[in-house]
Amino acid sequence: MRIESPVKVKIDNVVKGFPTDKGRLEVIAGLDIDVRDGEFVAIVGPSGCGKTTLMNIIAGFLAPDAGAVLVNGKPRLAPNKNGMMITQQGSVFPWLTVRQNLLFGLPDDLPNREALAHDYTELVGLKGFENNYPHELSGGMLKRCEIARALVVKPEILYMDEPFSALDALMSLRMQNELLRILAKEKHTVMLITHDVEEAIHLADRVLVLSPRPARIQASFDVPFAHPRKVSAPEAQALRVKILHELGVTEGM
Amino acid sequence: MKRFKSSWPSILVAAVLIAIWWLAVDFTQSAIFPTPKTVVLGTLELARDGSLWEHIGSSLMRVGVGFGIAVLFAIPLGLWMGRVRGAFVTLNPIFQILRPISPIAWIPMAILWFGVGNASPIYLIFIASVFPMIVQTTSGVHTIEKRYLRAAENFGVPRGKFFRQVIFPATLPDIIIGMRIGLGVAWLVVVAAEMIALRSGLGYMIMDARNAGNRYDLVVAGMIIIGLIGLMLDGSMRLLERMKNVRWRYAH
Repeated sequence: MRIESPVKVKIDNVVKGFPTDKGRLEVIAGLDIDVRDGEFVAIVGPSGCGKTTLMNIIAGFLAPDAGAVLVNGKPRLAPNKNGMMITQQGSVFPWLTVRQNLLFGLPDDLPNREALAHDYTELVGLKGFENNYPHELSGGMLKRCEIARALVVKPEILYMDEPFSALDALMSLRMQNELLRILAKEKHTVMLITHDVEEAIHLADRVLVLSPRPARIQASFDVPFAHPRKVSAPEAQALRVKILHELGVTEGM
Repeated sequence: MKRFKSSWPSILVAAVLIAIWWLAVDFTQSAIFPTPKTVVLGTLELARDGSLWEHIGSSLMRVGVGFGIAVLFAIPLGLWMGRVRGAFVTLNPIFQILRPISPIAWIPMAILWFGVGNASPIYLIFIASVFPMIVQTTSGVHTIEKRYLRAAENFGVPRGKFFRQVIFPATLPDIIIGMRIGLGVAWLVVVAAEMIALRSGLGYMIMDARNAGNRYDLVVAGMIIIGLIGLMLDGSMRLLERMKNVRWRYAH
């Protein structure tokens, strides 16, 4: 399912390092990625390879040492509403109710803000919990709230950094299905960082494998299966073995 | 009923202590030290002639004004120091030097500047309670988790909204802790200040009872009343911790 739409996010020869006691530590060494409009790209890599650093650069929270990130052809210098970040630890404000969290990103003078917040609360299945505080919600509900809060401001791009890793396996799978259901309606461009190869195959149009530090693109796999996908299908499992092989993991031996 | 269940051991210990006190006074045949009975009778006497309520009212009024001014001063200043690095670097060392100076040490200065009226104890209460509240508020801003600041940055909300809906509510649990500490020291200080320079208040009541004929029953009565009111003041601050938008910090 190759997507032939215009490039939405262009990562152009991005370099990033950090100073340490023993000199400069190169984390990302000249990375190029083109993500097309509406495409779902998953990035997998060994832990500590700089995935989160990369995502922070792409979303605009961190400046690269060299190279650039272009969104719609223009350099991205700071984070903005057009690209919403969702992380593993979550960032739903615990001092605001579900409803107030959803309203947070909407301008105060937007006439239909209440209706929008209501619609997205319903979309993620949190109807009836509008006036609950986050500490009264379960982990899965909290994730739904975070996704709704990100989507309600109508971003073009979602940056997801291990979004479901803190959930148990069953809830993670349920949230993956939820995400696919929502994306089928909303058509966002998504960049997902994950260490879970099955999650990547389940969700993405394309899976990129990063090398150990300093990170570069080591391999790229198209995921040519139509949704809804069965990760247990033989061809999906064959792809999984190939990706794991790139990551240096050989199964059954 | 549940509250009673958790507090009956304390009540029992208090009862035992009172019994020991009573027996000890009886046993030593002390002419000057009061028994619990004379303390209660003394308290009733003061309550009946109205002077007890006047003293309580004066002390509470001084604490209310001094602490109120300190709150209005400390919270904006603490938030500002928490957000603006230059303000923190400049002011923090000064406050760290002023903070350990006991408010009692300020009494001569207070009398010099404000005389022996209400302004002196109000100033002392202000000095005593303002620093812990500034420090706690500033540290509350400094410890806001980065993930929340990033999320706010991601939405790109205007500054005013950022302050109202992120910085202030994120710091509110620490502000409340600071207010509890501040009110606690304010209550300590008002009694000390009244002992020295004033003609009303619970501190004055204690000193007056001793000076005017060794009425130690009223001294002890004053001490117990101070303790009970202190407990109630702290309880009132604890009610703030029950607000739903700060529970996230205390719930776990």
